[in-house]
Amino acid sequence: MTAVAEPVPAERTDSDPALRVEGLTVDIRTISGTVRAVDHVTFAAHRGETLALLGESGCGKSMTATALVGLLEPVAEVVEGTARLADVDILSADRATRRKLAGPELAIVFQDALTALNPLYTVGTQLAEPFRIHHGMKAKDAQRKAVELMARVGIPQPQDRMKSYPHQFSGGMRQRLLIAMAVALNPRVLIADEPTTALDVTVQAQIMALLRDLRAEYQMALVLITHDLALVAEEADRVAVMYAGTIVETGLVAEVFAAPLHPYTKGLLDSVPVNAVRGAELKSIGGSPPDLHSIPQGCVYQARCPLAREVCRTTRPALQAVGARRKSACHFPEEVKSA
Amino acid sequence: MPDELLKVRDLCKSFRVPGPRRGKAELRALDGVDLDLGRGETLGLVGESGCGKSTLARTLLMLERPDSGTVSFDGTDPFGLRGKQLLKFRRRVQMVFQDPYASLNSRMTAGDIIAEPWRTHRTLHPVKHDRDTRVRGLLDLVGLGAKAMNKYPQEFSGGQRQRIGIARALALDPDVIICDEPVSALDLSVQAQVLNLLNDLQQQLQISYVFISHDLSVVRHVADRVAVMYLGRIIETGPTEAVFDRPNHPYTAALMSAAPKLDPSQRGERILLKGEVPSPLNPPSGCRFRTRCQRATDVCAGERPPVALDLEVAGHTAECHHPLLAEQSALSHSA
Repeated sequence: MTAVAEPVPAERTDSDPALRVEGLTVDIRTISGTVRAVDHVTFAAHRGETLALLGESGCGKSMTATALVGLLEPVAEVVEGTARLADVDILSADRATRRKLAGPELAIVFQDALTALNPLYTVGTQLAEPFRIHHGMKAKDAQRKAVELMARVGIPQPQDRMKSYPHQFSGGMRQRLLIAMAVALNPRVLIADEPTTALDVTVQAQIMALLRDLRAEYQMALVLITHDLALVAEEADRVAVMYAGTIVETGLVAEVFAAPLHPYTKGLLDSVPVNAVRGAELKSIGGSPPDLHSIPQGCVYQARCPLAREVCRTTRPALQAVGARRKSACHFPEEVKSA
Repeated sequence: MPDELLKVRDLCKSFRVPGPRRGKAELRALDGVDLDLGRGETLGLVGESGCGKSTLARTLLMLERPDSGTVSFDGTDPFGLRGKQLLKFRRRVQMVFQDPYASLNSRMTAGDIIAEPWRTHRTLHPVKHDRDTRVRGLLDLVGLGAKAMNKYPQEFSGGQRQRIGIARALALDPDVIICDEPVSALDLSVQAQVLNLLNDLQQQLQISYVFISHDLSVVRHVADRVAVMYLGRIIETGPTEAVFDRPNHPYTAALMSAAPKLDPSQRGERILLKGEVPSPLNPPSGCRFRTRCQRATDVCAGERPPVALDLEVAGHTAECHHPLLAEQSALSHSA
């Protein structure tokens, strides 16, 4: 057992981010018409920091990630926006360019490690693959690198486990394998899509500690996609809160959680049973998120918002700066603060 | 403790599973579990996957027959019952499931789903008119309103579906509801609504809950007492505040410290456990936690741990050779 230091939130400027996403918009074709799953999402991730995309199911956070790594299902399509990574717009780049960038520049860790790994190949083969493909290494050298990598992510007896298949590992170990594959080529940006949601809390703590160490070691920008507010509070430097396909608030985690400037963020924070007297009524957000088929005109949160009034029904509030380093997509951010 | 309802002693349950080289192996899912539940009380059951939480829940529902040990429900042993008496017992313990998308039949209306238990328990509401009235009453009780009666599950959101699942469990007027991760499939904003509902129902109807959850902040909010499980045994139990604020077992302390905290002031030093839970097919000798425990010594490998009583909080016990509250603990080797 070891004690782990708390991450220190760093203050950063917007200059020269590792990943800059602007106006990302994704449409999905469904039987009952086209829906907008991601609506003009803009954010930047800097090297050495963790940016959390926080939101509930269906808010578009995972869709944002899949769009960035180019793994959208055929029914979904990026209709607008750019994502600049090492001066290349990965959304408009051709397949060959994307392939070159996948690994050394951008990598992703998925939630479900069992489906993300190929069940028919040994983990040794799968871990050696990035070195063979991107560095043109010989099989033997690539295998040696794979063993090093397994040792680095904390898999015991890596040499012996090279010939094992994914199903022979536990959930936590499989997640370590997935992280090993993702960081193999020392990416500039690592997207982690709910990396610990399927894991037990003691294993979650191990995996997050590993991600934190790797982030510092390789100076990666870590984009952490999650629905877990407490995880964001502990792991992320900055947060972007998503609702119904849009970002409704951004800022430093400590500042956003201490004094939210969007009623949705405030509602989420109030719903967490923390400090509440046992058995006492928990605050909750009434209703449920809007159906993507019928996103209302005006503010996306109006139906559940205690502050909603006429202007909210007619005009969609833009994500605007409120003070330094903070943005909120609310017509009345000051009222949220005092509410 | 309030009026005692359920008392479980030394419950054991093993499963035969495929072993190495075509052999059979024995998986001890429950290895001597003691449990008490009072009327109108909520017992939180926490532990990592594979620790035996669900087997324990299934045994309490009589879906599994224990290998040994005793269960006493309101003074009788349900496993000795037959026929009508057994049916009567089954009515009294009901379940709310984790996944409200999988646990409701999409071809039945909400009203039919809630009324279905009465097709087995025919004496309860034999008249159709009476059944309809009761269904409406239950829908009102869980906050859906009588109009929901003729709708199908897919017309409801996740939180509303879980309300239907709760109404179905209430249809038989149970004494105990086993809630197996009832809010973990729900979004945070909806989770609070369902937790509030469960709390209101308990106040109104004096139901007892066995509340299984991996989310410690939820357990802390709902449970009167907590039992922490590890590899088939309850290794620490006691009043919620005691278990959370002064854990006596090193595993409980590690579990509490591993959970991320929203409030920075509540974050203590994180105890990062090494490795993962050992296989229940081959649990460690002596204390089952010793392979991952910082305080483990030779005695932990050789002998089963004694019960450490917290001298300051009644009913707070842990199974450990080296309890964290060493000075405030009395070790009892008799149990």
